[in-house]
Amino acid sequence: MMKRKVVITGMGIYSCLGKNLDEVLKSLYEAKSGIVFDPKRKELGFRSGLTAYLEMPNLKSVLSRNQRVYMPEQCNYAYLATDEALKNAKIDADYLHSNEVGLLYGNDSSAEAVMKSIDTMREKKDTTMIGSGGIFQSMNSTVTMNLACIFKLKGINLTVSGACASGSHAIGLGYLLIQWGLQDCIVCGGAQELNPYSVGSFDGISAFSIRENEPAKASRPFDRDRDGLVPGGGAATIVIESYESAIKRGAPILAEICGYGFSSNGDHISVPNVDGPSRSLQMAIKDSGFDIRSIGYVNAHATSTPVGDRNEAKAIADVFGAHKPEVTSTKSMTGHEMWMAGASEIIYSMLMMKNGFIAPNLNFENPDEDSVKLNIPSRKIEKQFDVFLSNSFGFGGTNSTLVVKDFK
Amino acid sequence: MIGKQEIADRANKALAEEFEIEISNISSGANIKETLDLDSLGLVDMVALVETMFGVKIPAQEVTSIVTFENLYDFIYKKLN
Repeated sequence: MMKRKVVITGMGIYSCLGKNLDEVLKSLYEAKSGIVFDPKRKELGFRSGLTAYLEMPNLKSVLSRNQRVYMPEQCNYAYLATDEALKNAKIDADYLHSNEVGLLYGNDSSAEAVMKSIDTMREKKDTTMIGSGGIFQSMNSTVTMNLACIFKLKGINLTVSGACASGSHAIGLGYLLIQWGLQDCIVCGGAQELNPYSVGSFDGISAFSIRENEPAKASRPFDRDRDGLVPGGGAATIVIESYESAIKRGAPILAEICGYGFSSNGDHISVPNVDGPSRSLQMAIKDSGFDIRSIGYVNAHATSTPVGDRNEAKAIADVFGAHKPEVTSTKSMTGHEMWMAGASEIIYSMLMMKNGFIAPNLNFENPDEDSVKLNIPSRKIEKQFDVFLSNSFGFGGTNSTLVVKDFK
Repeated sequence: MIGKQEIADRANKALAEEFEIEISNISSGANIKETLDLDSLGLVDMVALVETMFGVKIPAQEVTSIVTFENLYDFIYKKLN
């Protein structure tokens, strides 16, 4: 059986850089940071009060009470991102009703809902008092269960939990299902809750930057003086489908997914290595069939942690050798969007590719001995590129790499 | 001692707010599930709301006997008085 061509036909996003594609594009172009200091986190005993900032959307006018009651925080973002992506892809309710459109979304926690249910149980000693929303909001698959019911999706319906590579794996797995003819069209993405309760334990292992007096300078991937990541959140959705499906329905084709690579480090639970990411990169490039010189931009996973960035820099330098495409981490603006990051970073990269620029790797002031080997722009550059590669790595050593080519 | 009218007023206000309907759509003889658009899950939220508002627990086996708003006011009234 011939592998089918897989294209991206729609995108939607709700992030700290903006509530839709237009706002996010503007923020990327202006290199705006979405990071703030939140004093409430300090009251909760956080080591770091730094976080990305998002406004909680009010969906009362668009979704009924009986739809909203099962949605935790991140589902609100995912709904808006998906609504924008479907409109962007020119897919309406009639199309969803008469076709098997799938849903693969990255999500790896729903901590606030779990916490609230348990708090109620402990206080009231009566599980009925948790209410009907508790169970559906608490499950890891909360995003896919809610979106599938709201948008009435009839294809594959599955949450991908692969730590900070969840969103990227969701797209990669969707790509494989379409490539091999098992689905024609899949809504893919990633969502991330931003409430403090969801990241308290992460703060507890001293993974976050404590540069609290300069929030916009705290996330500084690849910079010599980086001291940890900043948690982010929101949701990002892309619609992917077979080329034939897109042509048949006259859809706008934005780009082609050409390669997916994955690997497991088989090593430490939190400390990444070089070999695992290298294999993921090599597999994605091999799958794409591209000469490495055709890759014009690399969206790095780099989260601003000392070891993670160093090992990714080594892996990129090893794999790319003499060819030095621009490498940036958009996490310098957004913080680490975790379960969402693999999907949002495809959208950030797409927006830059479609508009001929590369947003700066903010706060890259001094390289270390590994990042000095990469071509990391600290200022925005105007550049036309046709192919980009995006890395996402996660706890437990899960790695995912996607290669995307512009479609003109 | 709480009167039936006060129970009705307080319950109607809370139910209209929780289930997002106009309070004017609630009448004592109306069917609760139809008026509030409750499925089996929504019914759980109604039970939890009544317990929060009045401190009255509606046992699962008695929920089915509460069909109209009047039935609900009566149930609460009997438990409280």
